[in-house]
Amino acid sequence: MAVLVIAEHDNSELKPATLNAVTVAQEIAKEIGGDLEILVAGEGCGGVAEAAAKIAGVSRVLLADAPELANQLAENLTPLLVKLASGYSHLVAPATTTAKNVMPRVAVLLDVAQISEITAVVSADTFVRPIYAGNALATVQSSDAIKVITVRTTTFDAAAAEGGGATVEAVDGAVDAGLSSFLGQDLTKSERPELTTADIVISGGRGMQSSDNFALLESIADKLGAAVGASRAAVDAGYVPNDYQIGQTGKVVAPNLYIAVGISGAIQHLAGMKDSKVIVAINKDEEAPIFQVADYGLVEDLFTALPALAEELDKAL
Amino acid sequence: MKVLVAIKRVVDFNVNIRVRGDGSGVETNNVKMSMNPFDEIAVEEAIRMREAGTAEEVVAVSIGPAQSAETIRTALAMGADRGIHVLCETQTEPLAVAKLLKAIVEKEDPGLVILGKQAIDDDCNQTGQMLSALLGWAQGAFISKLAVAGGNAEVTREVDGGLEKVSIKIPAVVTVDLRLNEPRYASLPNIMKAKKKPIDQMSPDDLGVDVAPRMKILKVEEPPKRQAGVKVENAAQLVDKLKNEAKVI
Ligand SMILES: Cc1cc2nc3c(=O)[nH]c(=O)nc-3n(C[C@H](O)[C@H](O)[C@H](O)COP(=O)(O)OP(=O)(O)OC[C@H]3O[C@@H](n4cnc5c(N)ncnc54)[C@H](O)[C@@H]3O)c2cc1C
Ligand SMILES: Nc1ncnc2c1ncn2[C@@H]1O[C@H](COP(=O)(O)O)[C@@H](O)[C@H]1O
Repeated sequence: MAVLVIAEHDNSELKPATLNAVTVAQEIAKEIGGDLEILVAGEGCGGVAEAAAKIAGVSRVLLADAPELANQLAENLTPLLVKLASGYSHLVAPATTTAKNVMPRVAVLLDVAQISEITAVVSADTFVRPIYAGNALATVQSSDAIKVITVRTTTFDAAAAEGGGATVEAVDGAVDAGLSSFLGQDLTKSERPELTTADIVISGGRGMQSSDNFALLESIADKLGAAVGASRAAVDAGYVPNDYQIGQTGKVVAPNLYIAVGISGAIQHLAGMKDSKVIVAINKDEEAPIFQVADYGLVEDLFTALPALAEELDKAL
Repeated sequence: MKVLVAIKRVVDFNVNIRVRGDGSGVETNNVKMSMNPFDEIAVEEAIRMREAGTAEEVVAVSIGPAQSAETIRTALAMGADRGIHVLCETQTEPLAVAKLLKAIVEKEDPGLVILGKQAIDDDCNQTGQMLSALLGWAQGAFISKLAVAGGNAEVTREVDGGLEKVSIKIPAVVTVDLRLNEPRYASLPNIMKAKKKPIDQMSPDDLGVDVAPRMKILKVEEPPKRQAGVKVENAAQLVDKLKNEAKVI
């Protein structure tokens, strides 16, 4: 049997999250002594398939290139995945919003459970996954014939993007389910690194007080080459777009350095960042729970601390 | 149309979670339980649809132990019209919940089913998508805006890169994200009124669904704890530590 990874991409670029899922698939493939294959489904995504073929350890890339798949609509992707699934023991996808949208549909039509956001592979049928906002880790064993898995990308290293030489094979079977149509998107544009893969993340919370004040964080982010994130409170208040939210129900990050500014440290926020290597908290309330997980805490008004930090970074870097 | 809302009783989001010493799970005895916060948003949206005249009836469904009836009462106090309680003492996986909900949808024939995007206990984020696929319906997952008009609904979805707009055919299943609305509190008169609203009780057997789990929980552990570090005096000291001690900048 083989393991199939579902590639995350935007038709032109293979997203790095795919590489973390490949690492999981490699571990499983080794356990079962099977091959590792990748599916690239989309429209005009031949270049993505070529990039996927270069990933180390991949034996075959399946390319489903059809207009019905252009926008990764769950209703259209599902039948294709269900059709392909019978050839595999495991379907593995990074836990992005694309996979979260489609993989449960695939699982239920195969009459199997989905194992969401695993953080460790114990064996080919046993995995670790966080529950209760990461306050508990459950080791679960699946009795299903096909395992449908999503992967928390931050807990696995990325597989080598180069070094492989897989073949690319076209697969057909794309259908328009006729249930949904894509109207448009409003994507956040940024020159900064992507949140989930950045080495440094600086996040603001309700303490930032306004959208304009986020400029204070952005100027520090630019000095550090960091990505900018936020708490739910900052997103709800409209200071920043929804895709900035870090936490239990937002994005999970684990950078080398995480700087939390004006964030209290609710468990739902900690769930998204407590695996960062070094955590810095800047908060004027010395009792704020964020200090319980911070390696370095600065108790100060952020409107004093951030300009000073910018100045010190200019001196030091 | 009729709107069905799926609500789960979970450990309240403010509770400090304790893992049982024997590794069998998380302590739920004598712990405050509440409606899953995403499901409050789902109930609120359904009630607003009825208030706006797009929906005629709001039915709240919960699957769980006897106490889940209390959670249904909360939804009724918010404004739902009636409840359905599938009594199930054992833990149910999303796969089983989706099958039970499908059976209820087939009896009730709603035009829209609204679920939370995620239960904050199992953090699965699966049930709505599974239900939608089982029914062969369209889905709008993780939505922050919903506009029903004619035979379609226009939904705005929160995705990794920002927002996405999709038109879906009705009947459909949607799962709600945090920004869709702010759920109301039940007023005292409405809490009193809710006591008289009907709740139908049934069992998985009545619905012909096998709820046996597919996943065996081998153990539940506490994650490694982080230690609080040091306090620094000012930004200069912070930069010095980050550069020369932690070596991360
Ligand atoms: C179902 C559910 C899901 C959730 N998911 C998430 C999630 O994914 N991510 C998330 O982040 N939250 C999430 N939350 C919300 C979470 O519970 C908290 O409400 C939220 O994280 C608080 O954000 P905050 O720390 O920015 O705001 P607050 O808790 O209000 O904290 C603001 C902090 O800023 C400090 N401050 C204020 N002014 C200044 C100043 N001038 N200088 C320095 N410090 C200052 C204050 O001392 C305070 O500590 C969720 C909640 C629920 C119920
Ligand atoms: N036992 C249950 N009873 C009613 N609704 C449920 C139940 N479990 C899950 N749901 C619904 O499915 C959503 C997603 O749950 P999950 O897939 O477990 O994260 C929840 O927000 C609820 O709307």
